[in-house]
Amino acid sequence: MSNQIKASHEPLIHVTKRDAMVWWKSWLIRIIAVIAAMMVGTAFTWILTGVSPIEIVKTMFEGSFGTERKIWIFLKDSAMLLGISLAVTPAFKMRFWNTGAEGQVLIGALASVTCMFYLGDKLSNVVTLLIMLAASIVAGAIWAGVAGFFKAKWNTNETLFTLMMNYVAMQLVAFCIMKWVPSGSMVLSPLNSTTQTGWLPSVFGQKYLLNIAIVLVITVIMFVYLKFSKHGYEISVVGESENTARYIGINVKKVILRTVIISGALCGIMGWLYVAGLDHSIETGTVGGNGFTAIMVSWLAKFHPLFMVVASLLICFLQIGSGALASNPSLKLNSSLGDIITGIIILFIIGSEFFIRYKVNFRKKHKEEANKNA
Amino acid sequence: MLDTIISYVSAAIIQAIPLLYGATGEIITEKSGNLNLGIPGIMYMGGISGVVGAYLYEHFCAEPNTVLLVLIPLLSALLGSALLSLIYSFLTVTLKANQNVTGLALTTFGVGIGNFFGGSIVGLLGESGSVQLPATAAVYKTTFPFMKHFGDLANTGFLLYLAIIIAIAALIFLNKTKTGLNLRAVGEAPATADAAGINVDRYKYLSTCIGGAIAGLGGLYFVMDYTGGSWTNNGFGDRGWLAIAIVIFALWKPSMAILSSFVFGALYIACVKLPGLSGSDKELIKMLPYIVTIVVLIITSARKKRENQPPESLGLSYFREER
Repeated sequence: MSNQIKASHEPLIHVTKRDAMVWWKSWLIRIIAVIAAMMVGTAFTWILTGVSPIEIVKTMFEGSFGTERKIWIFLKDSAMLLGISLAVTPAFKMRFWNTGAEGQVLIGALASVTCMFYLGDKLSNVVTLLIMLAASIVAGAIWAGVAGFFKAKWNTNETLFTLMMNYVAMQLVAFCIMKWVPSGSMVLSPLNSTTQTGWLPSVFGQKYLLNIAIVLVITVIMFVYLKFSKHGYEISVVGESENTARYIGINVKKVILRTVIISGALCGIMGWLYVAGLDHSIETGTVGGNGFTAIMVSWLAKFHPLFMVVASLLICFLQIGSGALASNPSLKLNSSLGDIITGIIILFIIGSEFFIRYKVNFRKKHKEEANKNA
Repeated sequence: MLDTIISYVSAAIIQAIPLLYGATGEIITEKSGNLNLGIPGIMYMGGISGVVGAYLYEHFCAEPNTVLLVLIPLLSALLGSALLSLIYSFLTVTLKANQNVTGLALTTFGVGIGNFFGGSIVGLLGESGSVQLPATAAVYKTTFPFMKHFGDLANTGFLLYLAIIIAIAALIFLNKTKTGLNLRAVGEAPATADAAGINVDRYKYLSTCIGGAIAGLGGLYFVMDYTGGSWTNNGFGDRGWLAIAIVIFALWKPSMAILSSFVFGALYIACVKLPGLSGSDKELIKMLPYIVTIVVLIITSARKKRENQPPESLGLSYFREER
């Protein structure tokens, strides 16, 4: 009797937490999610335009890998995204939700541009580059550190704090451009374009190679830092449980502040790369939303630097590929298609995470088990 | 002098309307513990759904009916933005995904959808030119005859009044009804609410979807009324983030949201309306809303006054079996 009542109240679906999943199973789930999302994205484009899916995929591949130049641009874009993703990772691992990477990179870039603007070509190239780098690191570290300071002191909500700091940074950039460009055109033409002081040199005739190499070095350092250093260990303990961290004698406030500053400083370095390696100028859209995309990349890769390489390549491929799709004159599409497809894929992967972390039990199965037990 | 004041105040009010919709929607959402950073995307979605609905109706109907001209875009906007909020709820409530990442992805997605359809709907239907919705915009801009003395408000339709009504309704709902109390309980302590027999998941779903739908009206107002029935890519700008800032500034109170939206609206246009400002000063003034928000955020967290805090479980997914 009592059993019957119990059975009728049992919900159809019962969710339990998994302990841990074999790594290949969890990656299989993620790959299935990406493929499913690709199919949805392709179907979406197909229905709208009537272009066959094969043609869509072909255009996307050609857009990213069609020519040598396109491959370099693809690698450069991926590297910049990867670098910012790495920068936000230590803070994220600590569950410090830094949504301000966009602003931290931008302020780093602004610091570099300021140095270039006022130093001009008075100093040698190397000295200028180093001064710019130092300024960018300090600027990025301060921009993130302010939020970290208040988080450690008064537990101020860091997500909202850093989010607001993005726009403060953007307006500061707009302010400086207004000051520097008297015509009011809001376009700052590349600085020192004749002497190339404060420009990262081309290596082996490749403009982007040095940028990519620097980001790869950062990747390796970050991997070692998170995995093998004492700091990395402290970060993961604080991220798992602040109380445990306190109990084993970790100074939580110090770790939060230090990690956030490191995170901001790395963002600053990325800002320096944008200026010294790529643009030699600045606009409010220099970072182009990569600060936000990086948050997703870091999270998709489970805060693991090496998986982040894969994730940023994938996201960049989607963005550039769908950009190529959109600019195809026969399709008459709008370049925002890339955002839609990227959004679909990230939403699918976010959803798939559930099946890795949780187990879904259906009622039917339970009944059979109960019968068996009886 | 009076004319200048009226002109400034009315300009601030029309800037405040989309912000108020976004803020009211986000307050209702956040009261359930869901920090929906997808609001900017949802507001784009609301705008574009309204545009698509109105465009199809104006396109395929030779003699549009006034009532339908209002209802079709309105319902499309509500539906579109609620749909996007539903995706957010499904991912964060049922699938317990990280709210920050989901919200940001949703913003990318929503802004993408807005710009994509805004830029290509005309092309997709095999025509050329850009979206123009004169008939719908005319209806949306209709207002009381005596409003003609109030500057920009002379061309501002019913969505202005609806924004204030919704904000007041949200105030009454949150503070005076039992359902509102339950909703706040869900946001403060979901486990306690669950133990008291409140269906946590249902409250989170409903508040996020209704909140999203309200925010979507902000997008609808922008395209139909503010810009007069046209679409510019990224024209809505960062108003969605500003709405999230207002939620903090208003300390999660709808009554304060009305006032804060007006203040932010005034700051937003200060750079255009104030005389004698240089270009760079204007950019500094645009920074003010964000700095003020940060200061409010710091002060409230430092004072630790209980009624001014964010909902306790804001940003966290609730899983009953987790301790």
